[in-house]
Amino acid sequence: MIIGSAGDTGTNSRVDLYVGIIQELARKHNLPKFRVGSFYSEVSRDYLRAKIRAGDTIEGLEGRPALTEAELDATARVVGMAGVHPFMELLDRGADVIIGGRSSDSAIFAAAALHRGYDEGLSYYLGKVLECASFCAEPYGGKETVLGEIVDGGVHVTAMHPDQRCTVASVAGHAMYERSNPNYEFVAGGMLDMSRCHYEQLAEKTTRVTGPRFVPIGRVRVKLEGAAKVGERYIGMAAVRDPYTIANIDTVIGWARQQVRERFGETGYELHYTVYGRDGVMGPLEPVRTPAHELCIVVQGVAPTREMAEELCMTGTRQMFYARLPNVKGTAGSMAFVIDEVLPASPAYRWSVNHTVGVDDPMELFPTHMHDAGV
Amino acid sequence: MQTRKLHELAKTIRSKNAGVDRITFDIIFRDRRTYDAVRHSGAVSREAVLALYGLPEARLTDFVEFDPAFAIKFTIARLRPSGSAGDPDIFGAQQYAPLLDIDVTLPDNEPLDDPA
Repeated sequence: MIIGSAGDTGTNSRVDLYVGIIQELARKHNLPKFRVGSFYSEVSRDYLRAKIRAGDTIEGLEGRPALTEAELDATARVVGMAGVHPFMELLDRGADVIIGGRSSDSAIFAAAALHRGYDEGLSYYLGKVLECASFCAEPYGGKETVLGEIVDGGVHVTAMHPDQRCTVASVAGHAMYERSNPNYEFVAGGMLDMSRCHYEQLAEKTTRVTGPRFVPIGRVRVKLEGAAKVGERYIGMAAVRDPYTIANIDTVIGWARQQVRERFGETGYELHYTVYGRDGVMGPLEPVRTPAHELCIVVQGVAPTREMAEELCMTGTRQMFYARLPNVKGTAGSMAFVIDEVLPASPAYRWSVNHTVGVDDPMELFPTHMHDAGV
Repeated sequence: MQTRKLHELAKTIRSKNAGVDRITFDIIFRDRRTYDAVRHSGAVSREAVLALYGLPEARLTDFVEFDPAFAIKFTIARLRPSGSAGDPDIFGAQQYAPLLDIDVTLPDNEPLDDPA
């Protein structure tokens, strides 16, 4: 059994937690002894700082500038996205179960195939197509099981659910999922080129894929992910039904923002208004310009301390109630509240690191460990 | 000529994060014929999606016609990364809705499957 990205984020604490769960279950059920391999993928800021200072640029992905020391300092935690390397090392060392830190989904499956000596293109494609289970099958379900096999120079994918099928369109279509470009998949170590894949319906539930190629990179670059804390956060909610107030909702929000400025100044906090019923879901991307007959406004106040965030959010929410529009008929309150307070929320973070770092040895970021389990 | 809504012609219309700085859109058709007919209509083009979402050209990072899946796919750059405070759609999962009602003009002799 191989698990990657323990706890989704793949931080060290999640890897330890998952290893502990496996050991506890093995004890509880008196399982015979087996070996659990694990690897960490947190990357220390000192390591990255040394890279930056040595001129080994930490390149930005998707148009981001290179990582600066200032941005690194603001970042709370960084993980590296492992490719197949730590999984293969642990398989070589005889692990029966692997708990991985942050890792590419496709690497989990590809490592198992590569470990058995299969072709790189087919192994990485196997990983790519299996990474979301039945998302490569139809009709759409909820991640039911699919079976992937490497047979005679091709990858065979079969839907296991009685009502699902892996078709040419569903298997090819999966390459698009959560990717900018369906033809190329990048992992630590190289790129899977699917542009010359050929798809063939082999049986009712099985599609055969040939032609994927893996293009190795010279010096491996590992993707880094990291987040910087912006502040503590509270959330407020307010609603409005008066059509005149709805037509002038930006004026009302502007009034509330002004009250916040007078109390807290111009900077040192974030105040966000999301106007449901107008453009709450899409913001500036919303093409529909006509608001609904009622609106709900969600207010987010973000500030260095919980106390300030609460007062900030309270002011930004409550002051909409007191906003005075010149021609409004109702004079007793401009908003409807479901609760006369603001609610604590998780701290606000921003995604500060979406970069790659060059490594001479891909294992230098992913220390491995072996643990005993069972009795 | 006949006019159909895109949601009547497509099997799947969806949006989702592609990494933390991008949102990608997939329009997938049931068969080659419908896919080709919509492509040739010009209703779903780079220019059409830029106009629909009110975007400058620089924010459209990819536009791909993906034949093996009978799909048109495009990707846009976010203004701020997913999950930033104030981001109303952290998974980018509800940004496809305006695509549903795109008018697609097709020749009268294009015998398309009844979408029922």
